[in-house]
Parts: sequence; structure tokens; C-alpha cells
Amino acid sequence: MRTKIVADVAAALDGVADGSMVLIGGFGLAGHPIALIDGLLEQGARDLTIVCNNAGNGDHGVAALLREGRVRKVVCSFPRQADSYVFDALYRAGKVELEVVPQGNLAERIRAGGAGIGGFFSPTGVGTMLAEGKETRVIDGRSYVLESPIHADVALLGAYLGDRLGNLVYRKTSRNFNPVMASAATTSIAQVDRVVEVGALDPEAVVTPGIFVDRVVAVGDRPWLVSA
Amino acid sequence: MTLDRDKLAARIAADIPYGAYVNLGIGAPTLIADHLDPAADVILHTENGLLGMGPTPATAGVEVDPDLINAGKLPVTALPGASYFDNAISFGMMRGGHLDVCVLGAFQVSVTGDLANWHTGAPDAIPAVGGAMDLAIGAKQVWVMMDLLTKEGASKLVSACSYPLTGVGCVARVYTDHAVFEVGASGARVLERFDATLEKLRELTGLGLEES
Repeated sequence: MRTKIVADVAAALDGVADGSMVLIGGFGLAGHPIALIDGLLEQGARDLTIVCNNAGNGDHGVAALLREGRVRKVVCSFPRQADSYVFDALYRAGKVELEVVPQGNLAERIRAGGAGIGGFFSPTGVGTMLAEGKETRVIDGRSYVLESPIHADVALLGAYLGDRLGNLVYRKTSRNFNPVMASAATTSIAQVDRVVEVGALDPEAVVTPGIFVDRVVAVGDRPWLVSA
Repeated sequence: MTLDRDKLAARIAADIPYGAYVNLGIGAPTLIADHLDPAADVILHTENGLLGMGPTPATAGVEVDPDLINAGKLPVTALPGASYFDNAISFGMMRGGHLDVCVLGAFQVSVTGDLANWHTGAPDAIPAVGGAMDLAIGAKQVWVMMDLLTKEGASKLVSACSYPLTGVGCVARVYTDHAVFEVGASGARVLERFDATLEKLRELTGLGLEES
């Protein structure tokens, strides 16, 4: 019987190679796959390029990967936050590369990577330092800048429920980058609170169809959904 | 008298058209939400994936849900009729011109509507753009809410921005504590004065302003 369910986080991350590009879902901590990121730290892959909206909060998650020297480059829209001190220190010391991408261009580049689009012209960033060196074109009187697709080796996703076919649903604004990232990696790995039976997810409400997902691991209910 | 932040937010809220889809930028523009008349039927968008954003959980009298946040990563609520969507769809709403009004903060705005609000250009500053560049070009009308002067007394309405740009020619209107300005291809004009004479505004900004 076809199943994408794996037993634990270690099995979910099996085979992630040194030098991989890894997409990591989440906006701040909402939809951020913390268990998988902790697992990646444990797993040991190095020289990673991380694509994520933010560059880590506090000491956990992406910040821990950075602190342990596993990350060569960060591609993100908003690295600087009140508690991004791990990234800030490494960046200032020249120990991590940074590519800053406007958030909408980042989402669309990942979408393009997953949808087989070879690039697209975006009006975002035209005339700014983030468009320097990029091809521009005037289309119907408006200026656009050419943006390239992002396709990665691995995607780490923070979903709510999933089934053995890989269908996923999310909770509220924790959806954010997760659905586009699911489509844009060779191996897409989702952590879910719970695995549900096939048929339990309403096909009208499935957000990420299972074709985009390779591995699903249940990590338990998020703390704020555990009734006291 | 100059307008304080809260009064300025109320002034901007009064200009938002009936039924508009609106994005309020991080910082002072979020104050505008408190002054929207429920009868105006305005629907708020937050770019991390929600249309129909409601007030804070404290105001709404509900528990904080860490899965329900705004672009500033602060807890919010969702109103009846709200919808959630991913980032590609959310920024498509913006880039595709589906939002009516976006109100942003700024370091500087030029008389031709150039916006600088993401980066001071200081050599040790870590660049962080977030959705600022997408927002700058992504609504039918982009308005700025800012103090007219810096703490040092320099005008933030300028002939040309000295800070790195967020967007070119994208701002239509600038709401400040001293006056409301229209900006664009034909330059800056004063739409409304709160305290100063036209002569005083010319002196504060160093610009040859006219009233519309």
C-alpha cells in the first residue's frame, strides 16, 4: 500500500546531503517546521543553503543551524528581527552569505520553481538596489525585472494534518510559504500534528495535494491545541 | 496644532473609500484600523496570508492563537467571512492590483512619489526588505503616513530620496503631522494644512510647494 508516512523525524530527514538547498516554511514561527529543523541539526548535513522568509529567531530552529555552522548561505526577505542575533553576528563576521529577496518575489520564484516556469518579469524592485544587474524590460509601458525560479533539493514543511498519500492542510496564517515550497523541491518533507485516515480530509479543502509531498511525519499536537 | 499619531490615523481612516480592500503597513499605519467605521465595510489584508483581519485577541476577547498573526508577527483575529491563502496568492493580490489602498511608513518620499522605507543605506545595516517593495508597487493607491520632519528637523518629503529606494514613483499621497501632500509626476502639492501656513511648509521642507 502506498504510504508516505515515516516513523520518525530521523527517517524523514534520511539522505539530506551536504551542500543541499533547503526550503523551510514558516513566517516567523507560524508554520515553521521546528521538529524537522531540530532533526536536521541532529542529522548533521552541512554547507546548506537555506531559503526561508526569516533568518532564525532566538536560539532554536534556523538560528541553531546557523550557530552550529551548518549554513553557507541564507536566501530570505527579512533576516533582521528583534531576536535574530545569531544570524546578525555571523553576517557581520562575514561567516554567512545573504541574498535578500522581496517577499512576493521570493514566493513567486519558488512557485515558478515548482510550476516549471523558467523565470518571470516582476514589477517589484524595479529601480532599486535589489534589481541591480538584472535584466529589465518594458511591457505595455510598465517596467519589470527578470526573476529566476528557485528549485531546491529539500523542502521542510510545517503543516497541520496529513494523510498517507501526502495530502496536507494547514492552520490559519501558518500556511504562508509552505504550499509553494512543497511543490519546488526534489524531496518535500512535511511535519504534521497528526496523520489522519485517507478520506478524512475533504478533497475540496486539501491545500497541498499529495503529489507534491514525499514524506510525512507526525510530531504531535502543537502545544496551544492540547486541551488542559 | 500638528496632528498626533492617533489623530492622523483617524484622518487617514476617513479618506479610505467605502468597501475598500486595504493593507496597513507595519508600525504607525496599523493604528488606522482602530479608526475605521464598521459601516465603511473595509476589508483588511495582511500579506502573510489573510483577508478579513480583525482586531487583536485582547480587543476581541479571545485567546491568542500563535497560528494567527499579522505581517508584524503579532497576534490578530479573523473576522467572519475571512479567508486564508499562501504567500504566492497573497502577493499576487498585491502585485495584480487587487488591493485598493496600502498605507506605509517611510524614511523619505520624493515629490515625484519615490519611496524609501526599507534600508538606511548605513554600511553596517543588515538589509531586510520583507514585503515592502511588493507593497510599494502593489496597490491601486499607495499612501504614506509619516512625521514631516526627522528628529533632527530635516524634511522627509524631499526633492530626491537619499536613502535606497523601495519603489519608483509609487506614492500618491503623504499624510504627515503638519499637512497632507499629493505627490507624483507633476510634483508635490499641499492638499490640506493642519497647523502651518503654506510659507511655513515651504520653509520646513525647502520645497517650492503650491496648494492644490
